[in-house]
Amino acid sequence: MISRLLRTILLSLAVTLLTLTGLAAQEAGGTLNLIVQPEPPTVNVGVNRLGPTTYVGNKIYESLLTYSADLKPLPRLAQSWSISDDGLVYTFNLRHDVKWHDGQPFTAKDVVFSFQKFLPALQARSRLNLAEVKDIATPDDYTVAFTLKAPYPAFIYVHNTAVLPAHLYEGVTDFRTAEANSKFIGTGPFKFAEWKKGSFIHLVRNPDYWDAGKPHLNDIFFHVIPDANSRAVAFETGQVDVLRAGDVENFDITRLAGLDGVQLTEAGWEFLQPVGYIHLNNRHKPLDDVRVRQAIAHAIDRQFIIDTIFGGFGHETNGPLSRLSRFKDTSVETKYEFDPAKANAILDEVGLKPDGNGVRFELQFVPLPYGELWQREAEYIREALSPVGIKVNIVATDVPGWFKRLTTFDYDLAENFVYTTPDPAIGISYAYTTLEGDNAGTTGGNVHGYSNPAVDKLLADAAHENDFDKRKTLYSQAQKIISADVPLIWTHDIVFPTLYRAKVRNLITTGLGTDENFADVWLAK
Amino acid sequence: MDRLGFLTGRAARAVLILFGVIVLNFVLLRLAPGDAASVLAGDQGAADPAFVAELRHDLGLDRSVPEQLWIYTKSLARLDFGQSYRDQRPVLDIIAERLPATLLLTLTAFGFALAAGIALGSIAARHAGSLLDTVLTGISVMFFAMPLFWTGLMAILLFSVWLNWLPSYGMQRVGEGGSDVSLVADVAVHLILPALTLGLFYMAIYMRVTRASVLDVLDRDFVRTARAKGLKPGLIWRQHVLRNALLPIITFASLQAGQLIGGSILIETVFAWPGVGRLAFDALMQRDYNLLLAIFFITSAIVVVINLVADFLYVAADPRIELGA
Repeated sequence: MISRLLRTILLSLAVTLLTLTGLAAQEAGGTLNLIVQPEPPTVNVGVNRLGPTTYVGNKIYESLLTYSADLKPLPRLAQSWSISDDGLVYTFNLRHDVKWHDGQPFTAKDVVFSFQKFLPALQARSRLNLAEVKDIATPDDYTVAFTLKAPYPAFIYVHNTAVLPAHLYEGVTDFRTAEANSKFIGTGPFKFAEWKKGSFIHLVRNPDYWDAGKPHLNDIFFHVIPDANSRAVAFETGQVDVLRAGDVENFDITRLAGLDGVQLTEAGWEFLQPVGYIHLNNRHKPLDDVRVRQAIAHAIDRQFIIDTIFGGFGHETNGPLSRLSRFKDTSVETKYEFDPAKANAILDEVGLKPDGNGVRFELQFVPLPYGELWQREAEYIREALSPVGIKVNIVATDVPGWFKRLTTFDYDLAENFVYTTPDPAIGISYAYTTLEGDNAGTTGGNVHGYSNPAVDKLLADAAHENDFDKRKTLYSQAQKIISADVPLIWTHDIVFPTLYRAKVRNLITTGLGTDENFADVWLAK
Repeated sequence: MDRLGFLTGRAARAVLILFGVIVLNFVLLRLAPGDAASVLAGDQGAADPAFVAELRHDLGLDRSVPEQLWIYTKSLARLDFGQSYRDQRPVLDIIAERLPATLLLTLTAFGFALAAGIALGSIAARHAGSLLDTVLTGISVMFFAMPLFWTGLMAILLFSVWLNWLPSYGMQRVGEGGSDVSLVADVAVHLILPALTLGLFYMAIYMRVTRASVLDVLDRDFVRTARAKGLKPGLIWRQHVLRNALLPIITFASLQAGQLIGGSILIETVFAWPGVGRLAFDALMQRDYNLLLAIFFITSAIVVVINLVADFLYVAADPRIELGA
């Protein structure tokens, strides 16, 4: 009996000690050096949602929720929430102990201001999401209830949106030019300290952060280094600790990953779910013929694109959704295996006969002007389509030119990649629903000009269906049609590797990856 | 013509040139596909056409080009260069933050290129045909032939990655406070690689020009006369040879001032130097018209002023040249 008691005591002591050691190992302090690329116009995530803005701004500003790697909502500024059975009312209970960086208390007023006024005025995507909301009520200072016009289950995934301080905008009418936009006052674990334009952005620890004991880091520097080679050197020489997607080209990743004390992870893109595209302009002949689009899909070796061009980072996909989506249904997708002979046969059948030079028709290809890899992919596509009698002319543009051509349907083939997000209602509805008129707005939309009334109905019904299983069925049906219609080529389900020094701990803790607030990140000595 | 009259004439011409630069660039920029509204809307990921149209209206980009030009010229007359579409701040504030870095880089590179170019060019000319001449000429051809970004990358590889002597990017070490003296030393250390890379290219040019010019002057009668008079070689060199040989170098250097600023775009990109060159490139990519036009205006103004200074330097270097002549 005594020995059992002794054992229990010893065991609890051991556990306590281990826990304490574990805690002690989470050392406080230190400076984390990161790269922000390209330099954003602002770090106010309420003003825009560019990748670099979000990367920096999410350490300063916070949202009601965050999301785990398996896409479960997690508490942040909201400590709990509930959704009514009919799927119409989303009630968020806010934390009581949160202060803005200027010392003012955070309340429901800030949430209402952000969702009702600020975000719809400045952010196109928020405007689309909030069109689903009928009313926002605040029964008390720490409760916010959104009532929707119809069930819209995707609504739980719009709360990665930053909440802004209402008190800074009192009397402001034009939010776009408001001076308060550049005060960078948030509730997050880090406070804005300094921005030396063209050089670096400096954030410091928020000592009054609501999550006691966090953050662990004292400082974060985001270095501005415009050249990809120079960024690789900065990492190699230890001047920066983390490289994210796009910081260096994939062909440098494998080399850098082999350096001493460097780790590589593919995690952290579960929320955004990027997928690579080659848009086919469905409004141009002969791409308006589904058989021609299918022939092109068969003429491209997508495994080659993944292995050779993107350095093995990526997965083959035959449909609109990412492998990370809860709604992905590979069983209904049409498989477009690499088969140039089949592509030739289909094109013959369509009646597009080759001329004396073996050319059936010509297409203008607008590559994505975002770095070397996309240029290489464009060159591969040109080579791949040549044996099936399609002559591809590559038209180089800069980013604004690329925007212009895609949104006005002034192209035949064009590269792009999009974030398909955790919910298809947010991520893909917009890209496959029939578009009226000749301007697509932005490149995230239906710039391929795809139109299928059956898909329109399925996507609209699925977006407003409250029952998860029914939704899944509807999305499966939509994926089946879209995959068969192949309005664009899904080149690959993108994997964006992140490189970091082993001393950086807890770098990726949720599905938001490095866009998280970094309250948990610490540096081992 | 007196100096004041000369200066007024030149200044009037400079204003006309600058106005021409603005109008030409204004029109050229509008010809490029895509505008700031489409870029800003693109930042949002999911804008509908109505959102883009609203943005275009807010930015005044839905007006006709002549109308936009008229509005722009009117505000320019009030010395108002407008706001950046992207940063929503006065463009002059943005440029003021970045101009010192570019001036520091280009002036250091320019000073180094000129001093080293003239010195090495003179040495090569003095020992024309010797092994030393061949080596110096070879080096100058090499630096002239190498693209700037390549020289930069190789310098980074050698001095930052392999030898670890110098920082590879930026203008100062961040996150470490210190006295003013240490800050100056820190900036100086960061300046070495970019200034050297930019400077070596222009040094090669000045060296070749100096060598050719000195050789040309050395053959002249007045040099032979000076020697025959028994003047000291040092005096002949300074007063007769170099002073005359300087004229083409001044011409060349003033013409290249514009190119030096252009070259700084590449250097600023490779070395992450926070200057105006890189700012201009970013502004172009964002179709941030106001910012870009103001940068063009200021860099053109600098080039015009440098050429004006060169006109005065001719007079100082060669007494035969008179103002207004």
